[in-house]
Amino acid sequence: MATQSPVYIAGAYEHPTREAPEKSTMQLHAEVARGALEDANLEKDSIDAYFTAGMPEYESGLTPLIMADYLGLDVSYADTTDFGGSSYISHVGHAVAAIRNGTCDVALITLAGRPRSRGQATGSGAREIRTTQDSFERIYGATNIGMYGMAAQRHMHEYGTTPEQLAEIRVAASHHAQFNEHAMYQDPVTVDDVVSSRVVADPLHLLDCCVISDGGGALLVVSEDVRSRLEHECVEVLGHGESIGHHQAGRIDLTRTAARESGSRAFDEAGLDPTDVDYASIYDSFTITVLEAIEDLGFCAKGDGGSFVEGGALKAPNGELPFNTDGGGLCSNHPANRGGMTKVIEAVRQLRGDANDEVQVDADIALAHGTGGSIGTRHGAATVVLGGEDR
Amino acid sequence: MSWEPRPTPEITPETKRYWSAAADETLLVRECGDCGLVHHYPRAYCPDCFSDDVNWREATGTGTVYSYSVTRTMSGWPDDDLPLIVAYVELDDGPRMLTNLDCDPEALDIGTRVEVRFVSLESADAAIPVFVPLEE
Repeated sequence: MATQSPVYIAGAYEHPTREAPEKSTMQLHAEVARGALEDANLEKDSIDAYFTAGMPEYESGLTPLIMADYLGLDVSYADTTDFGGSSYISHVGHAVAAIRNGTCDVALITLAGRPRSRGQATGSGAREIRTTQDSFERIYGATNIGMYGMAAQRHMHEYGTTPEQLAEIRVAASHHAQFNEHAMYQDPVTVDDVVSSRVVADPLHLLDCCVISDGGGALLVVSEDVRSRLEHECVEVLGHGESIGHHQAGRIDLTRTAARESGSRAFDEAGLDPTDVDYASIYDSFTITVLEAIEDLGFCAKGDGGSFVEGGALKAPNGELPFNTDGGGLCSNHPANRGGMTKVIEAVRQLRGDANDEVQVDADIALAHGTGGSIGTRHGAATVVLGGEDR
Repeated sequence: MSWEPRPTPEITPETKRYWSAAADETLLVRECGDCGLVHHYPRAYCPDCFSDDVNWREATGTGTVYSYSVTRTMSGWPDDDLPLIVAYVELDDGPRMLTNLDCDPEALDIGTRVEVRFVSLESADAAIPVFVPLEE
């Protein structure tokens, strides 16, 4: 909004590791925090707000306390909103609000995790019964991929979406990943490669699923005052929106996500619409996650996602909607099984002109969207619209 | 056949009646005495209008497959329960209920009419509702 002071992302850092058996999760948090500080050319002492979400291995560890302790932070504001993978996009929005409120000037957001070193496999799922919902869901073997499989099945039933159309999303991601030296899977794949890979949960194949990787990332969100003392290019946060989608008391609609609300709120705040977006980072836990988000964010009509992604619309640099130019969670990185952080980082790279040359888009406006939890039961949706400073 | 070694529900004061009715081969849903919403999973308050006048009601036990997914391998899951069909069944009473379908995946589609069956628990006075295709 014109009347609000601008807030910026001044630093962004993605850990290059994808497998870190010799490091602790907290150590990875520290490494990404240091990376973001170096990127922003800020000192650790300048941090006065800290954001992170829960960590599976420290379930009852009072995350903000143990992390502020470990990192040695002295903060006036902390937030551990946990929407699963979309958390870190929410954190950007919450940091903007706290900065505009005058509570803080330099907000650090960190993510780290080691699911790969801890031996998690695709298709495995938590079995502990903790919440009321677990007693009505996990008892049935409701794994994450099974739930997303049901979403894909219903989308195909209602709109005629095909496995080959879903595969186009992986094809575009793999095209981008070939230029990312850190990507877990750098070989381009074809539609046929995807649909002939093993079916993990109907109708989703192995190549419809994201990678499982160790690693992390960090962001620094700063006030206009702090930004004015920095010399490098920053990225302005133009709009943020979030929402929670759930069972609706038994009326769950597996073909739509809360991106419809989070996206429209973010666009409204930015005073922009989907046609203004030059580059989009869209959370890609599975190919169907991307397809439904594209529709719900308004890049095409509900049900038209399949035809939209055909013919290379998602491929950088010239597609209609270049997406996930780092290779995304499908091919490059999905640290801690939470993809929201890397979505923001790649959007920042695109706006600063720091993406890999072959996939650099001429981008003034970028969007980063996260879907956390499961669209098959309940999920968080968080969207930010970002602008380059030379736009 | 018993449900174990699959994960079993935590039976709470809020859900005890649901599980013990299932042990008697009855599927219960909750109905709001104020706004009329029939909801599932069972809650003490109506998730639409927040009324606490929610009552147990015997469901018809029949419904329609809203969606499903077939999982062929799953670590830690009993082999004789694979492939596993996870599904949402839209009960004729209204709500969509997460469950398993016990049938040949080939005999199944979205829209298939199904009816409830119960698999007993050994560890508690409870049974797990699952669904099978309705013999028309």
